[in-house]
Parts: sequence; structure tokens; C-alpha cells
Amino acid sequence: MSILVDESTRLVVQGITGREGAFHATRNKAYGTQVVAGVTPGKAGQDVEGIPVFNTVRDAVEQTDANTAMVFVPPRFATDALYEAIDSGVELIACITEGIPAHDMLRVYTHLKRGQQVLVGPNCPGVISPGKATVGIMPTEVFTPGRVGLVSRSGTLTYQISKELADMGIGQSTVVGIGGDPIVGSSFIDVLERFEADPETDLVVMVGEIGGAEEEKAADFIAANMSTPVVAYIAGFEAPPGKQMGHAGAIITGSSGTAQGKKEALEARGVKVGTNPTEVAEIVRGMV
Amino acid sequence: MDLFEYQGKQLFAAHGIPVPSGEVAETPAAAKGAAEGIDGPVVVKAQVQVGGRGKAGGIKLAANPEEAHDRASEILGMDIKGHTVNTVWIESASEIEKEYYASVTLDRGEKKPLVMLSAVGGVDIEEVAASQPEKLARLHVDPLVGLQPHDARWLTFTAGIDPEAMKGVVAILEKLYAAFVATDASLLEINPLILTKGGDVIALDAKVTIDNNALYRHPDIAELQHSVTTDPQERMAHEKGVTYVKLDGDVGILGNGAGLVMSTLDVVALAGGRPANFLDAGGGSKAEEVEAALDVLLSDPKVNALLVNIFGGITRCDEVAQGMITALDRIGATLPIVVRLDGTNQAEGLELLSQKAPSNVVVEQTMLSAAERVVGLAKEVQSA
Repeated sequence: MSILVDESTRLVVQGITGREGAFHATRNKAYGTQVVAGVTPGKAGQDVEGIPVFNTVRDAVEQTDANTAMVFVPPRFATDALYEAIDSGVELIACITEGIPAHDMLRVYTHLKRGQQVLVGPNCPGVISPGKATVGIMPTEVFTPGRVGLVSRSGTLTYQISKELADMGIGQSTVVGIGGDPIVGSSFIDVLERFEADPETDLVVMVGEIGGAEEEKAADFIAANMSTPVVAYIAGFEAPPGKQMGHAGAIITGSSGTAQGKKEALEARGVKVGTNPTEVAEIVRGMV
Repeated sequence: MDLFEYQGKQLFAAHGIPVPSGEVAETPAAAKGAAEGIDGPVVVKAQVQVGGRGKAGGIKLAANPEEAHDRASEILGMDIKGHTVNTVWIESASEIEKEYYASVTLDRGEKKPLVMLSAVGGVDIEEVAASQPEKLARLHVDPLVGLQPHDARWLTFTAGIDPEAMKGVVAILEKLYAAFVATDASLLEINPLILTKGGDVIALDAKVTIDNNALYRHPDIAELQHSVTTDPQERMAHEKGVTYVKLDGDVGILGNGAGLVMSTLDVVALAGGRPANFLDAGGGSKAEEVEAALDVLLSDPKVNALLVNIFGGITRCDEVAQGMITALDRIGATLPIVVRLDGTNQAEGLELLSQKAPSNVVVEQTMLSAAERVVGLAKEVQSA
């Protein structure tokens, strides 16, 4: 097993005729993901490398049984694309788009049919279950099938840690990039809950960073609800307060949200925290 | 993007939130002129984006325009926690009866706006939240419904706002929430919100943070960026579209992806070095972005050595190498540069560097060894 994406994933790509959309839809398909449809308004009837294009997500879902949507639409139009994906009834929406205003995401999240639908992102690299399917922009060669789950707010840091694991012969069940924005569809806890329920995930690596309180909440959740061990990494010890570090979410406000605070919260609940990506992989190797 | 107090007050005024009348000044003479246009005593307030201005002597009362001139000449040029005061705000002095606190923020965990109100204002609100949580009324707002008048009333009753201030506070909360939505703010904070001896409720301070992602639909606010960015490298980075934050060390950092760059800063610090900056060339960095990034980094005289840490995904290592070679050819920098390339097209990138990069560019295989190497090289430069 794995979580969120697998052989049963039937993907519709919103924004498929754009340069990035076409490139990644094709790559996802080449990896083995069932990419069944694309959507670009006004371009129904065309195809991208054999993937049929529809005018609306609803048409795509009706005609291809798509159950997952990937949003590759530029930020000014992405909010509309997200509402469209939600209203089409797909089970999973992965929003890759970077730069969506937070207020738009507040409204999108409130409209999401939670319990029936999962939103991952925005500003995320997507989800991959190695050997089964990938939805997003992750460099697939970094990942190998295995039994370690990984959930992260950062794309490149995910690749870095996965590479370190791969160098030690450790593969992944599923890797989820939840995104670096302040308002994201899935939190650490949402994903940890799924990993806990997955019999083929033996350990979870959680990659956090400064800002917000989601790592601290995850620490409480892990202590109370998880039998699957978790190893964590937190980036941003050197980030000064009040400075925004690229990710819109990675900003320290006040005393909460610091890397040190997050590390202490996790360690207080028995979660091992590596001081650098290599050490994280070494801790994992000692536990699996 | 954080606004200065005076910009925040102008934004408040534009949304119908009462603020004391005032004017900006950059010289003591202008401060005097501003005070002449205001009836009665004025307050001269340093415009810096850091807390504790009052305690640092950055806020002073002046009884007349001559005093405003003298107070402004004391405050202008002052250093408050590393921030130089270039601007003062001259405003009509208020007679304070009571001080309250009001704010609207994005609650990331709840994924809703959070409105907070307290009858205890003018103090560190985090302290109040920690020691007397019952004194801080909090309400999460459904973003699809918005703050309703009954919500605003509930907040004022719960916070224990004085009866004579109720009507004014309710009106301000409604306007504050409307402004929060209209300006795509991540934070609007009034501390203190005051009841004057005359019975008016007005915002005596304004802390405003606007979501950078939404600036495209607020060109008027986006224009203020230039005035709030004073550091030469930060200003250059903004013009070139590079995500850059200056820190106080001497090891320049260039990486791709915010998480990896933050991790790189941490690893450099663990190796005993001090990062000079945060610079994220982007998840899909191309040669031009890398070139622009190097322009920014190499213009900083404090940088003694540079670490380029790239994990290629969408970013291709050969593109990064090409950008570096082009930039170094043009700029001709001689400081030591340590490069670590991994991921997509790593071999091609390393090949390019070995053929065309100048001799001050050295390659390391791992993030940790690269961090140790660059810290050692920076120390050599510093002691040379």
C-alpha cells in the first residue's frame, strides 16, 4: 500500500497546454501514472502527447473517470481552477502553483468538501508513491520503492533527504510535499494520520521549517496517536525573527514558530530530530 | 511586506478607521513645518520596523513646532536595534483615557482569520495572552461569511471594553476586518487602540503586513516596497526578482528552494561559520536567475566566501553551472566559491565547471563537506 496516489490514480491536469503543465503531465505519464485527461478552456479536442484535452474539469471527470486533479494554472487563475476541481468532485487535488494569495486559499479551503476530498498544496512539489504513481514535479529518479513515508513543507529538502536515504538503500512508501505557504490544504497531522493507517509504512520522516505551529501540533498528535515511529528535521535555526525566508509560510512571528521551539516540542514527545539531512538519514537507518 | 506605521495609518484612514492627523518628515525643518500645520502639541515618532521604539527614545512629545524641530533632530539618524531612522511621523498628541488592543491575523492552523480584542492595550500582547488569557477575546471568522456586527459586539462584551467606547470599538472592528480582506493583509494590528478623554476611539499605532503573493492586485501598496527596502542588496534583489534576506555573517549562500537554503544556513552555522544571507534562486532556477543571484551576492562587501548548494529537480545543474560561469566571467570575482551540485544533470554541470570555471571555484560532493570547506575558506580570507 501507500497513501494518496497509487495505481488507481486517474489524473486530470489543469493547465495541461501550458509549457510547465505539458512537460510535467508527460513526465508523470512516463513514470506510469494514469494521466487520463487535461483541461484548458477552449482547447477541447486537442491532445498533449496522447492525453485528451477537455474544456472543463467536469467534462474530463465525466468522460474519463478522473479521480485526482493537478493544478498547474498561473497564480492569478489558480483560485478559480481550485474551485473548479473541488466542484468536479475529485478525491484528491494537488496544487503545484506558487504565489496564490493567502486570502484566496482561506476561501478555497473553506469550500473544500473535507472528509471526501483532500487538497495537497499549494506551492508544493506533489505526491509520489515510488514505483506506482507520481503526481507533481518531483525528480522521480531520487526515489525508490520502500517502507519509509516522508512528509515535507519543502521540495528541494525532500529531494535532499530522499537522496540521502537512497544512498543508504532506504526507499519510500509515499512522499508528500504539503507546501510552504501559510494556508495549505493538508497539514502534517492530516498526512501523518494516513501514514499511521498504512500497513506498508514502517517509519515516517517529517521535514518541517520555521513558521506556524503545525510541527508543535504534530508532536502532540504523534505522542497521542501514532505507533509508527517518526523522525523529524527542522530547517531555519539561523533565520532571524520577523524575516520572511522565501516560503511565504516560513516567517517567524513572535516566540512561537522558531526552529528551536519546534525541535524541543518534538523531542519532548520522544521524536528524534536530526540536525542536518545526513543525520536524519542516519537516524532512520538505525531504526528500520 | 511590512509597512511603516505612517503608511499603515494612511491605509487605515483610507478604510475609515480613525487615526490622529499627521504628516511625514525627513528633516527637522520639515518636522517643524508639519507641527505648524497641526493644532496643539504633537508626537514625533521614529519610523522603523522594529518594536520597542518608545523605550529606545524614538517617540517624543513636543509642545510646539520649535520643540518638534529639536525632537526630530534628536530622533532622525538614531539607530534603533540596528535600524537607522530616516523618517519621522509627526502627529497630533492624543489625550489618552484608556488603551485597548485590536488585531486581525491569518490563523494558519485554523485556516481562518482570527480577530483579537483586549481591554488591556499599549503593552506586549503576547505577555497578556500568556499570563492573562481571559483578558484577550478571540474569534475565528468564517472567511465566506465575514465578520458580522454581532461578532464585533460579542468581542467587545467579552473583552470588557468600557461602555462609553463600545460603539466606537465595534465600528473599528468592522472596518478593520473589511480592510484586512480588501488589502489582502496577513496582519492588521492596533496597539494601542485608545479611548480619548474626549470620548473618541482612535488607532494610535498601526502594524500592517500585506501578503506578498497578493501585491499584484494592490499596485498602490506594491509601490511602497521601495520605501520599505533600504538595504542595497535587498533592494537590488527585489529589482532582479531574487528572494534574498541579508544576515550578519560573511559566508554568502546561494541555493534553490527555501527549505534547502534554510537548511544550508543551518549547516554552515553548525560548521562554525556565519551566513551572510538567505538567497533562494527558485525551485526552477535557470542560468539567468543564477546570474542575477550572483550579482546580488557579489555586490556585498561583507561576503568573504560563497557556497552554492543546488539540488537539481526542475532545476538543471548544467544551467546553474552555466549561469555561474557567465556571471563570474563578467564580474571577475576572486573570492573562494564552493559548489555542491546534486540531482538532475549533475555530471554535465560538474563537467562545465571543471572546463570553464575560474580557479577560485572548488567543488565538494556533499552538503556537509561543502559547508565545512566554505567556512574554512571564509576564515582564511578574514585573517588574510
